[in-house]
Amino acid sequence: MNAMGQLQTLVNGIVLGTLYACLAVGFSLVWGVLNIVNMLHGSLIVLGGYITYFAWHSYGIHPLLALPAVALLMYALGYVVQLLVINKVVHQPVLVTMTLTFGLDLILYNFMTVYYTATPRRVTLDLGATVIGGIAIPFDRMLGMVLALVLTGLLYVVMRRSRVGRAIVAVRMDSAAAALMGIKVNRIYAITFGIGALMAGVTGVIFAMVYPVTTNLTGIYLGKAFVICVIGGLGSVQGALVGGIVLGIIESFAGQFFGPQHAITVGFLLMLVLLVVKPTGLTGIKGYE
Amino acid sequence: MDRRLQYILFAVWVLALASTPFWASNYIVRLAVVVAMYSALTLSWNFIGGFAGYPSFSTAAFFGLGCYAGALAQRAGIPMVLAWGVATLATGAFAAALGAIILRLRGHYFAIGSIAVVEVVRLVISSWGSLTGGGDGLNLPLLSGGPNAVARIFLIVMVTLMIVTFLITVYVDRSRLGFGLRCIQQNEDAANMAGVNITLYKVIAYTLSALFCGTVGAAYASWTGYIDPTDSFSIIMTVKVPVMCLLGGPGTVLGPVIGTAAFTLLEEVFWANFLDYNRAILGAVIVILIFFLPGGLLAISYRGLGARLFGRRKAAA
Amino acid sequence: MTILVAERVSRNFGGIRAIDDLSFALNQGEIVALIGPNGAGKTTLVNLLTGVLRPSSGHIRFEGADVTAQRPFEAARRGLARTFQIVQPFPRMSVLENVAAAALFGGKQESVAAAMGVAREQLEFTGLTAFADRPASALTLAGRKRLELAKSMATSPKVLMLDEVNAGLNSGEIDGALALIHQIADRGVTILVIEHLMKVVLSLAQRVLVLHHGQLIAEGPAQQVVRDPRVVEAYLGEKFAKRFGVEAAQGEVAHG
Repeated sequence: MNAMGQLQTLVNGIVLGTLYACLAVGFSLVWGVLNIVNMLHGSLIVLGGYITYFAWHSYGIHPLLALPAVALLMYALGYVVQLLVINKVVHQPVLVTMTLTFGLDLILYNFMTVYYTATPRRVTLDLGATVIGGIAIPFDRMLGMVLALVLTGLLYVVMRRSRVGRAIVAVRMDSAAAALMGIKVNRIYAITFGIGALMAGVTGVIFAMVYPVTTNLTGIYLGKAFVICVIGGLGSVQGALVGGIVLGIIESFAGQFFGPQHAITVGFLLMLVLLVVKPTGLTGIKGYE
Repeated sequence: MDRRLQYILFAVWVLALASTPFWASNYIVRLAVVVAMYSALTLSWNFIGGFAGYPSFSTAAFFGLGCYAGALAQRAGIPMVLAWGVATLATGAFAAALGAIILRLRGHYFAIGSIAVVEVVRLVISSWGSLTGGGDGLNLPLLSGGPNAVARIFLIVMVTLMIVTFLITVYVDRSRLGFGLRCIQQNEDAANMAGVNITLYKVIAYTLSALFCGTVGAAYASWTGYIDPTDSFSIIMTVKVPVMCLLGGPGTVLGPVIGTAAFTLLEEVFWANFLDYNRAILGAVIVILIFFLPGGLLAISYRGLGARLFGRRKAAA
Repeated sequence: MTILVAERVSRNFGGIRAIDDLSFALNQGEIVALIGPNGAGKTTLVNLLTGVLRPSSGHIRFEGADVTAQRPFEAARRGLARTFQIVQPFPRMSVLENVAAAALFGGKQESVAAAMGVAREQLEFTGLTAFADRPASALTLAGRKRLELAKSMATSPKVLMLDEVNAGLNSGEIDGALALIHQIADRGVTILVIEHLMKVVLSLAQRVLVLHHGQLIAEGPAQQVVRDPRVVEAYLGEKFAKRFGVEAAQGEVAHG
């Protein structure tokens, strides 16, 4: 393959990577702060996609307009689920929390499959592609990338600058100390989980513009979130960005050399290798166990 | 629970399952085979997840490997029961090698690694079409006699595997290995300092957890006559098994058996009536279980419950 | 006769040199104190000696054999026992089972039953018999420290390293702990104590090692070390040096 082809693959990978960063950041935050692996994450993304699709299909609402509504809806959903259900087990061992969120996921997945059926839905925007310096980027992906960067950037600013954001970081570092400083840890947990659901939902909106929406993809999205967290480290926007872009580039090249169906396997294998060699991820941000 | 009572309860349950061909419908017989099968899987999981406390989600990887190893061996002409032996050894060897690497991880990372193993093995098997038939699956020679007679044969097979894994559990529970695993589960670093060879014990537990999953997988393949990657490496199975153990009481001898029985009962009651929602119901069962039964069914103080139900006379006795 | 030797041992953590070219020897049967300011590397040194950490360079020899690359459970089985500053029991096991675990594995007992027997002896020795069947998590801090001691004794150690065994104890409990340590020494066990309490150091130790920034800055009999100006500057301070100097001179010192 010539240099131009390589460059195209690289650019594809980076664009894909920004979408992946958006996919993983909510998951990473919940894991880093609550020490919970949220098995619901993939399904929440697809749920966001379905809401977007039906707003588009039944009411003609453009996804960009639907985005804020989906964000709010998903935030509320996440907040409530955390408060009512997950909060009860937040300090229990891994087996319990993972199985619990898996159980919740089964419920959500089942209802989506029954209600929406697994037939893939597409939001077709027909935007065409731009060509910059010989590299083609489909417009819908470009839009997706911009949105993904804007939203993760926004989250980053919120985490660094706002009171809530600082509180979340404090709880992430040491929940006992945070409580002693007057932070209502349970409320922060609920807010964080809400943010996680929100980011999953908006990822779903973005993805709906680029990919088909179907419940078959929930497991794949969840798997990618894992891989990105292991690559990039837990609980930070930077980690999700690094992890997402690395995975995007790897999948892009792996798809080129091994065929697209093996791209995912390569991601998993990389994750396994990293887990054994350096579980704290490339950014070295120490996750919980 | 008193040891002898445990053994008696187990024996009664085994008899109940094994005798189903004599008093129950063919449907119930098939259900009994599945219960025995899952009991063996859950008892196996108990070694790594219950005794050692490592949240493994690898059951489907071992079961699936057993399916394929057994199927390939049979198709190569090896007699059925020997093929099961081959599958057992192959799965055990795989687990031992994998364990040496993956057991360095703890908590969430171990859990995720163990799920990733299922996915990677499934993908490898799917892709290696020339050997495994890929997504089209593999056919095996079916036993003659018709489905009902064959089901009865495999009832005996699965019940035997259930008994074998139970006996090994009893042995481990009372042995040095069991003691060491419990130490690892409660405080791995302290166990290390106290002189427990933690790496060796963890690998043994992980291998034990895999061995009979391989046998069960191979036997299952022989029973159904057809396997494919999606069903052999099912994420649902890999999550159901730990849940069954959680339901009964992890780290105990009888817990896995009780949990499997209770879970299957629940599943039957709901599945039969609400096929479309069976995943949601499984999910709901899991959620309710975790809320109300943190130690599993065996951890409920039945004496306390009895005292409250039957008045103070019982409690004072 | 030397039983445990550290030869030019160093340990780095990233850019930080936690232990720097350290050499010393423990002789069979002696009681040695390891003192120094917080962060000097005392616990790191014990971790190196018991296989929890591996030296970045240098060697460790136990009874003549090179044990530099040993793992913690191997150290325990060889007879290199240690207690922890922050006690580490098996919380849901009984006190008896906790000690039996140490006897069974580190102490290489033949069977669970034999280990239980050894455990009962050690519980009696440390005065914990009354708590034998209570869960370890139910013990008070002083009780847990004794449990640590019982567990390490159950491994039949040749060398016992005590990491701030008196932290958090009141003076009555400390006296009790001291008595136990003397009894352990009488059994021929070589003891290394990490201590901040100078009264304990002076009443127990025949020799004192002083650690500062990962280096051994002084070594010798207690009276001598306590007067060493480097030790005074790094750790003791003028006021205490004077006081301990006086007490040492008055003979309230090392048990011979």
